[in-house]
Amino acid sequence: MTDRSLRLSTREMATFVARGFLRFDGLVPPELNQRFLAAYGERELPAIPAGTPADKAWPEASPLAELYALPRLAGIIQSLVGPGCLFDHHFLHRRGAERAPSQHIHQDSTIDPRLHFDVQLMYFPQPVSRTMGGTYFVPGSHFRKVNEASISRYQNILGTQHVVCGAGTVFALHMGVWHGGGHNRSGERRLMYKLRLNPTVRQRRLWNTDDIPEEIAAPQPIFSPEHPFDKDDIQTILCTPERWFEIDTGRLEYLNRIKLWRFLLGDDSFDAHYWLTRLENKPA
Amino acid sequence: MGAQRQKLLILYLASSALDTPVVAWSIYDGTGRTRAMAADSDEPPYKTGLHALQDGWRLIQLSQLIPPYPGEEFTVSYQRYECVFEKLELVSESRDD
Repeated sequence: MTDRSLRLSTREMATFVARGFLRFDGLVPPELNQRFLAAYGERELPAIPAGTPADKAWPEASPLAELYALPRLAGIIQSLVGPGCLFDHHFLHRRGAERAPSQHIHQDSTIDPRLHFDVQLMYFPQPVSRTMGGTYFVPGSHFRKVNEASISRYQNILGTQHVVCGAGTVFALHMGVWHGGGHNRSGERRLMYKLRLNPTVRQRRLWNTDDIPEEIAAPQPIFSPEHPFDKDDIQTILCTPERWFEIDTGRLEYLNRIKLWRFLLGDDSFDAHYWLTRLENKPA
Repeated sequence: MGAQRQKLLILYLASSALDTPVVAWSIYDGTGRTRAMAADSDEPPYKTGLHALQDGWRLIQLSQLIPPYPGEEFTVSYQRYECVFEKLELVSESRDD
C-alpha cells in the first residue's frame, strides 16, 4: 500500500478521466535518469513475460526497479490501476538522430471497448526540446473507438500536445489516447520509455479520496450568468471540451466521461451538468 | 504543357456545415513538391471549409450523415465531418517514382 498523500487527488483523477493524461515534471531524480540512460541507452531492455506481477517484474537493484519503486510514481500507479497490477510490456522508443519523420498517429493495441483501462507510462530520461519531436498526443481522444493505425489519415488535430520537457518527466496516459512519435529534426537521438500496466482489482476509489467535495454531484444551474461554472469543479472538469471536439460529438464525450467517473466513483447516481439525468428520465 | 497532378486537402469540421471551424486537417501533395507529415503544424490552413472553397479548392467528397446504430448512440469514433478537397496543379514533367 502506498502513502495516500502520494496518490492522485480527486481533481487530478477527474482530469485524467476527461483528458486521458496527466503530466508530472521532474518526477524522476537526475541521478536515476543518468543510471537509466547508462543501463539502457545503448542496450536492450530486459525481456519480461507479459502478465508478470509488476512489483516482481524487475531485475534486482536495476534502474527499472528503482523507477518503479519511486514513492510518487507508486502513488500514481496505485491511483490508476491499483495494487497488484500486471506488467503488460515495455519498450524504449528511440527516435534517431537522422532527422526521423514523425510516426503516423495511432491508438495502441486494438479496439478496446472496456470501461476498465490500462495505464501507459511515458518516461523521458533526458530533456526533450521542440525540435527533438517529443511524443505528440491528442488530449481527450481516449474514448474514441478506433482500430490502431486506422486513424493515420489524420495529420493534424487542433490542440495536439507535443512533449517538451525536462529530464525525468513522466506522463500517465489512458491506453486509448491517440499519439505518435514526433518529427525529430534536432540531429540528436531522443528516448522515451513506455510501460503498460493492467489492473487486477476493480478500479473504484483507488486515488486519495479524502478530498472528494461533499457537493460533488449537487445539481447546478445550466446557462445561468449568475452561476457560471467553476473551472476547478469536478463536474466542470468532466464537461470541458477539447479544441478538436465536434460540436455535437463533444457532448457525447461528456456522457462517456461521466460514465467512466461513475464507474470509478462506484456511484451510478453521479451526474455532471445534468447530461445523463436528462436521458435517464423515463417516468412509468 | 506540363502534366497535372492532384493535391488533396482534407478538412475535418466542427459540424456538417462547411462554414464551421476546422478542427483537424491533412494535406497530400501529388506534385511531390511538399511532404506533409503527422503533427507538423499547430494551426489549420483555413478557418472553415468555406474559406478553402473561396481559395479555389474543389470539394470532391463530404462525409455522409449516418444515423447512429441502435445501441451505439453514445459511441464516439472517427472524426465525424470529413471534407476532401482537391486542386490540380501543373508539373513540368512526368515523374516515374
